[in-house]
Amino acid sequence: MTPGRAAISARHLRTDRWWLSPLVTAVALTIFIIYATWRAFANGDYYSTPYVSPLYSPCLASNCTPMDGGADWHLFGSWWGLSPALLVLVFPLGFRLTCYYYRKAYYRGFWASPPACAVAEPHAKYTGETRFPLVMQNVHRYFFYLALPVAGILTYDVVLAFRDESGAWGHAGLGTLVLLLNIVLIWAYTLSCHSCRHIIGGKLRHFSAHPVRYRLWGWVGALNGRHMLLAWSSLISVGVADLYVYLVASGAFDDPRFF
Amino acid sequence: MTHTAHFKVWRGDTDGGDLQDYEVEVNDGEVVLDIIHRLQATQVADLAVRWNCKAGKCGSCSAEVNGRPRLMCMTRMSVFEPDETVTVTPLRTFPVIRDLVTDVSFNYDKARQVPAFVPPKGVPAGEYRMQQVDVERSQEFRKCIECFLCQDTCHVVRDHEENKTSFAGPRFLMRIAELDMHPLDAAADQGLVRSASAQEDHGLGYCNITKCCTEICPEHIQITDNALIPLKERAIDRKYDPLVWLGSKIRRRQD
Amino acid sequence: MTQVERHAYDVVVVGAGGAGLRAAIEARERGMRTAVICKSLFGKAHTVMAEGGIAASMGNVNSHDNWQVHFRDTMRGGKFLNQWRMAELHAKEAPDRVWELETWGALFDRTADGRISQRNFGGHEYPRLAHVGDRTGLELIRTLQQKIVSLQQEDHAETGDYEARLKVFQECTVTRVLKDDERSEMGAPPDRRSGGKVAGVFGYVRESGRLFVIDAPAVVLATGGIGKSFKVTSNSWEYTGDGHALALLAGAPLINMEFIQFHPTGMVWPPSVKGILVTESVRGDGGVLRNSDGERFMFGYVPDVFKEKYAQSEEEADGWYTDPDNHRRPPELLPRDEVARAINSEVKAGRGTPHGGVYLDVSTRLPAEEIRRRLPSMHHQFKELADVDITAEAMEVGPTCHYMMGGVDVEPDTAAARGVPGLFAAGEVAGGMHGSNRLGGNSLSDLLVFGRRAGLFAAEYAAGLGEQRPAASEEQIDAAAAEALRPFGAEEPAESAESAQEGAAENPYTLHQELQQVMNDLVGIIRRGPEMEQALERLGVLRERSRRVAVEGHRQFNPGWHLAVDLRNMLLVSECVARAALERTESRGGHTRDDHPGMDRDWRKVNLVCELTDEAQGGGADGGKQALIGLRQRPMDPIRADLLALFEREELLKYLTDEELDR
Repeated sequence: MTPGRAAISARHLRTDRWWLSPLVTAVALTIFIIYATWRAFANGDYYSTPYVSPLYSPCLASNCTPMDGGADWHLFGSWWGLSPALLVLVFPLGFRLTCYYYRKAYYRGFWASPPACAVAEPHAKYTGETRFPLVMQNVHRYFFYLALPVAGILTYDVVLAFRDESGAWGHAGLGTLVLLLNIVLIWAYTLSCHSCRHIIGGKLRHFSAHPVRYRLWGWVGALNGRHMLLAWSSLISVGVADLYVYLVASGAFDDPRFF
Repeated sequence: MTHTAHFKVWRGDTDGGDLQDYEVEVNDGEVVLDIIHRLQATQVADLAVRWNCKAGKCGSCSAEVNGRPRLMCMTRMSVFEPDETVTVTPLRTFPVIRDLVTDVSFNYDKARQVPAFVPPKGVPAGEYRMQQVDVERSQEFRKCIECFLCQDTCHVVRDHEENKTSFAGPRFLMRIAELDMHPLDAAADQGLVRSASAQEDHGLGYCNITKCCTEICPEHIQITDNALIPLKERAIDRKYDPLVWLGSKIRRRQD
Repeated sequence: MTQVERHAYDVVVVGAGGAGLRAAIEARERGMRTAVICKSLFGKAHTVMAEGGIAASMGNVNSHDNWQVHFRDTMRGGKFLNQWRMAELHAKEAPDRVWELETWGALFDRTADGRISQRNFGGHEYPRLAHVGDRTGLELIRTLQQKIVSLQQEDHAETGDYEARLKVFQECTVTRVLKDDERSEMGAPPDRRSGGKVAGVFGYVRESGRLFVIDAPAVVLATGGIGKSFKVTSNSWEYTGDGHALALLAGAPLINMEFIQFHPTGMVWPPSVKGILVTESVRGDGGVLRNSDGERFMFGYVPDVFKEKYAQSEEEADGWYTDPDNHRRPPELLPRDEVARAINSEVKAGRGTPHGGVYLDVSTRLPAEEIRRRLPSMHHQFKELADVDITAEAMEVGPTCHYMMGGVDVEPDTAAARGVPGLFAAGEVAGGMHGSNRLGGNSLSDLLVFGRRAGLFAAEYAAGLGEQRPAASEEQIDAAAAEALRPFGAEEPAESAESAQEGAAENPYTLHQELQQVMNDLVGIIRRGPEMEQALERLGVLRERSRRVAVEGHRQFNPGWHLAVDLRNMLLVSECVARAALERTESRGGHTRDDHPGMDRDWRKVNLVCELTDEAQGGGADGGKQALIGLRQRPMDPIRADLLALFEREELLKYLTDEELDR
């Protein structure tokens, strides 16, 4: 107990289920991490014409499954023997890892710093994001810049999903819908980013002198207000999209076709 | 509708103290502060409590109710079950004076360390021109009633007393953001970059944006999203963004 | 000799609301070492509750506005009982005081061309109130607070000490203004009776109970109002009439104490927030008043003089909101006193709501979305405090004690209290400026204009004394200490023979409640001669009982003790109110006599002046049943001719007597 403060020995006096939210966060993130790790290393069942898993696009190694018109650019040559997903996942992973919302989620959920408001944290010392490695969280905006082309490529993948197995346009299956929903959520999450909000207009001193950026800032701000919701829903949609492609590619499920 | 509620109130001072039990009458429509006042008037005349406007506008009656930092005047008794024990304790982060009253001078010291508004040179009073859209962001922060609940709940100082010297707390980092966004503040002309100074002098880096300040703010100010994160981004502009840094160097040379 | 902490300053400001902080800033900028003393924490003063705005004729929204128009509005609002020179200074200087706030960092709402936006308000001819949403008072306090901090930063840069020239003593109560001892003899005329100059203040630290003296030749009173003497009030606990009582006890007279503004719509439920304001804009935006029969009763209460200006039917009234040019105003928008009286009558006639008010309904008048947009803080206030959703149900409202027009009798230009050299007063504690009724928005500008003047002239006065500073005697300090500690029974008064009829110890909370009940019931919104005589009698009994107030516990942050000390002030001030209200046999502004319903032009020329009686002066304020307050009538200074010329003769005839006009 700190001298001078009221002598209350309990670590906290909250009577509500304050532990529920960090627990749910930790469990959900753990499930995703396990699933994503398995899938990222699996190096298989990620392409089934015309669908590609968002975890494997763009595919930059020579060992990629050939994708019909897709983003399999063999930039890395044949020396890369591991799963090609590992080459690109570092970008969305870095984006999400340094994201202001995910930081809150895992500082609370995994690191208990703090576990919940007005509940004492278990650590003896705390320096926050003032020194290495956590000071590196400040690179978030660069990951935002990198997340933009990735989202662009995933959008391209969705466009390709409107072709059928033979490459003819006008196709739409359940897979198309899943990928479409996923990319909408990914864009919404990416654009709702705090760094994006800052770059678009937040850094300005006089909105009145930049009416267009002010309007854009307002839109991004509206999205930003739902950043947590979008972070979760886009995370789930990525998982679902990958799972869907996996099921179709492995033959466990037949893609229902609308037209 | 009247019922008897069970209250636990922390009583004591710097030498120690403990939670004491009281049975007290509660009427329809009352708030926690009413019950504390009833205790004063009927059972413990010298129970110390700080309060003022009783309408959530002055920010005096900050305390912790069932472990949550709250304004006692804005905590309705109807949110508790009639048989629920209501525990009222003083703010944990600050030294206690007596009972529910704490010494909040930490906050006044921090307020003094934030350099004041710098009026623009050559603009006489009455000639200030600002657009509504340009003042709105700072206006949100000026809704602050200085109840210091955010300062109390922030784990940076709540759980780590030693950080008090280097960390200004959400309230005063928000004050820096307010001044940095003020359309006419001329601090930069005096060589003061408020955002960088927030990082270097006021401990902005300690904030790990876990948002408890926003969660408990009785004025519902979006402290984290609208003040602290934008301030972090502005500091990054100055300190970690090579393009912006280079650009500002070149521009300064041209001036 | 009592052990007290001792400090020395050039200027002491009692009170840290708008007026006090503005005075302190001015005194410090004039080079004076300045102390501010406040009962709450720094920045919590009651000024934060002000919603509407600061009235100043900047002409940003309507360029026809100027100080003359503002002056006219103020005089009309006060029914010409205003100290006209104060009203003139106020109207002339208010714009500068507002603009100056911007240079200290205030952020008002803006017009399209980037200037300070101004809003309409009752009684103001043009849009005039500078505002920030509905939290203008908070902006004002915060700006002044931050200006003080910036001055402290300057001092720190220069001397290494933030408090070298300006220090705020928070959570301290002043119980006495100290004076030097050169009193002239008792028989002198009241105005010249107390020759003594101000020497400082005596008080205690609420936190620790330590007693202290600040030696200072100039003291500015800026303590606000007296609302806590009434049961239903919009005022905070600090409003116990401290400055009014300190001035009286120091020998300074009070004027206009019969004029108290009751706001017609305060919350009546839940009990914890009884009295808290429901802003006038609820009615301005379409809210209507109904009784428990569902009748929109205000149509029955339009006085003859207003008949032409107000609607006679609901259809006509409803048309006004959208088309004010072709419809007359709804009667809900009659002046505050008329509406307050009407609500009072309805409740008395048994047509009140379950909690003793009437219904103010906006939910059936506007779409929910519109209500949330136009009245955000009211929506929030009812939702959070009363669990009432004003978009779905009606509010319950009733009159609440809101503002004290009367106060310390001051020199208009210098804010110096008459009769006590070195004493100054500004803000609600000063009397005269608002006459018999204050316009909305004029209080914040009053704080700034006269706060600055009080600080300025207090500084000049202190500087002018040079080394010749008055000093308080040790006996005076001992007496003040004994008085402050009496509730503990620690310092039994020596004259125990006088208090022979020792009764049981009294609880300060009980006495306070009884006082509030007496004032509310007998000297409240509608007054009658016999009731006020009864009130005076009961106040005498209360005062006697207050001598036996005892508190338990120790001196550290002891609320029972604090209340016991404040009781003296509330009792003194209540007596002033009751005596003055009994004497004034007319109805005007914030003073309504059931037995004298009309306004009388002969009464317009007269101020009622309250002073401590000789006996009370001699024996302190703890006397027995006999009156402590003496009352006299004083003719007002005639209004300067060029100011009178701003009005039509026709209008002046309503207020001024024929001979005044023909002079």
